[in-house]
Amino acid sequence: MNIRSQVSMVFHLDKCIGCHTCSIACKNIWTDRKGAEYMWWNNVETKPGTGYPTKWEDQEQYHGGWEKNGDQPINIKSTGKARVVPNIFHNPYMPSMDDYYEPWTYDYQNLFNAKEGSDQPVAKPISMITGEDIAVEAGPNWDDDLGGSEIYAANDPNLDGLSEQQRLQLSSVERLVFFYLPRICNHCLNPCCVASCPSGALYKRGEDGIVLIDQKKCRAWRSCVAACPYKKTYFNWFTGKSEKCILCFPRLETGQAPACFHSCVGRIRYLGVLLYDADRLEEVANLPDEELVEGHRSLILNPHDPEIVRKAQSAGIPDGVIESAQQSPVYKFVMDWKIALPPHIEYRTLPMLFYVPPMSPVMADFEQGLASHQMEGLFHGIDQSRVPMKYFANLFGGGHEGVVRYAMGKQLAVRWHRRAETVGDVDRATADKFLREADCTIEEAEAIYKLTSLCTFEERFVIPPMYREEAIEMIREPHEQRAEAGFGFVGGPRRGL
Amino acid sequence: MSQHFLDQFLFIALPYVCLFTFFLMTIYRYRVQSFSYSSLSSQFLENKHHFWAVVPFHYGILVITAGHLLAFLIPRQLLAWNSVPWRLYVLEISALAFGILTLIGLVAVIIRRFTNSKVRMVTSPTDWMLFFMLLVQTASGVSLALFYPWGSSWFATNMSPYLWSIIMLAPDVSYVAAMPLLVKLHVVLAFLTIGFFPFTRLVHVLVIPNPYLWRKTQVVRWYSSRSRKA
Repeated sequence: MNIRSQVSMVFHLDKCIGCHTCSIACKNIWTDRKGAEYMWWNNVETKPGTGYPTKWEDQEQYHGGWEKNGDQPINIKSTGKARVVPNIFHNPYMPSMDDYYEPWTYDYQNLFNAKEGSDQPVAKPISMITGEDIAVEAGPNWDDDLGGSEIYAANDPNLDGLSEQQRLQLSSVERLVFFYLPRICNHCLNPCCVASCPSGALYKRGEDGIVLIDQKKCRAWRSCVAACPYKKTYFNWFTGKSEKCILCFPRLETGQAPACFHSCVGRIRYLGVLLYDADRLEEVANLPDEELVEGHRSLILNPHDPEIVRKAQSAGIPDGVIESAQQSPVYKFVMDWKIALPPHIEYRTLPMLFYVPPMSPVMADFEQGLASHQMEGLFHGIDQSRVPMKYFANLFGGGHEGVVRYAMGKQLAVRWHRRAETVGDVDRATADKFLREADCTIEEAEAIYKLTSLCTFEERFVIPPMYREEAIEMIREPHEQRAEAGFGFVGGPRRGL
Repeated sequence: MSQHFLDQFLFIALPYVCLFTFFLMTIYRYRVQSFSYSSLSSQFLENKHHFWAVVPFHYGILVITAGHLLAFLIPRQLLAWNSVPWRLYVLEISALAFGILTLIGLVAVIIRRFTNSKVRMVTSPTDWMLFFMLLVQTASGVSLALFYPWGSSWFATNMSPYLWSIIMLAPDVSYVAAMPLLVKLHVVLAFLTIGFFPFTRLVHVLVIPNPYLWRKTQVVRWYSSRSRKA
């Protein structure tokens, strides 16, 4: 057993209101500079929808992630060791800027400097790359809240395997439904970006599992951009380096939550340490599709088990980290309650960001235009959910409904339980029946409710003591460097000599 | 007399200046400006024509450079190979073919850089200078193959000894002094390109990632004192 610790995350989608505050917090700190204008290390997508970059989940197009052919060990779907040499000059699966969007600003100066005339001057959109006029056709979140859903939502790759009727149900007026999917780098256990980098510039930090790109080792081979199935490594066109979410490690190292976590209005984000067994990574990454979610869970070790604690200590994991793992909210969601699931586990990168799948809108079932007031029909049964279970299964279950059904059922049971407790129009017996069916006790339901609804800052973010990558503040004022090259980079990202 | 001095300058002084610059600045830049030690890829900005420009150019120039290197390193074996006419023809025709491939690729690269406004934004004056030098160099090389045939043989008999005389620090211009003007241009430009090399995107040639094929799949870095294997 090779015990390691990993800073892991849970996003509780039932609470996400799609406000994009996380994206803005991240943008302001990290990607508000030349070459990174188009990057959104954190972005929020409307689902169903095609996301950013457009249709990133369609691996027939992007060739991201690992692929498994029969009994063969898994391979990088884009350009792994076998295919990197003939494809070194031109990466066949590299997305282009058109797959994201061409960043633009507005010619505000024209409002002041335009010659006097009979019409009002306007601020025309101009490209942030060339400075030329640009006809804006699309941008990130063009499909926010189902805007243009005939083009966007209808092409969501997760709709694969849904019946025509289910698709219609998702988009028909008065029945349509959407939810938000905030995305950052998953800091995977089996990262495809790291495995694909010819220069060895990408690495996983041993102590906390954060995946980073060494900017001085990156030689612009672009393999990581093609290899990451979540499209969370980005190519900086100006510096010729790949960049990605760094999980705000300079903040984590000083005990602060990452900016997107800290700023989250809906308080949907949780962060904590998980202990896992690195010796079994290869075995789990090679499991058949339907065993992946369970296999992934089986990697995660119980930090309350004295035997595990002893082994973790002998593996050199500091006591502070082990304590942190014992209080980890992520462990509760993922392992104790099993209501948080990894996104697209079938890409086999073993992501360490987990999602609590969202419930459909809380409302009574409509029958002949009237809200049903029957006790049993107060909430939708999860199978009558507006979002077909198959859709969630494609997103969070590797195509398999069982684990998703379990997670949804338990959330539903918690709602019944709380309804019985607070409103009282549901009798205890009904609530207990739902709890029993969902494999949930009253104590557990209370705990889920508390961590979901009443969680404090300290309960959401249990940040372990961490090593410092670079103590840059000693020699430089970080704010002066902000828009230049990113944190910790002394001297601008100049090219040439 | 002046011709003599010109030859001395172009084929003795200039090569040494260029080679000295090459070695000094390549190392200096790697140590001081390692951040920019790569070629700034523009595939992300323009992905439709990228393949048709970059791939022919690279495969062409790789084979051509390898050919020059072989003639420089093993001139005797090359001459032996060329002693049978059909083998000479095969070599000459393939060299010409790859030369033309390089030229086509390079022209496509330049057109792509010039016509796409996004790619133009990431093309520096140094890049344009380099492209111009490479274009003249490749064009002169292809012309040599066309108008002064059997280059694989006369390279081995004349150019190789000259280059070795430079390497052995006993420069002997007599091998090149009698060469046609086009050959002289090609040689001078070759040395200029070598001298210019460390200041350009060409440095990416030196950081080809060969360890990738042998390294472990995943990379883990430990910061604590107890360093563990990935």
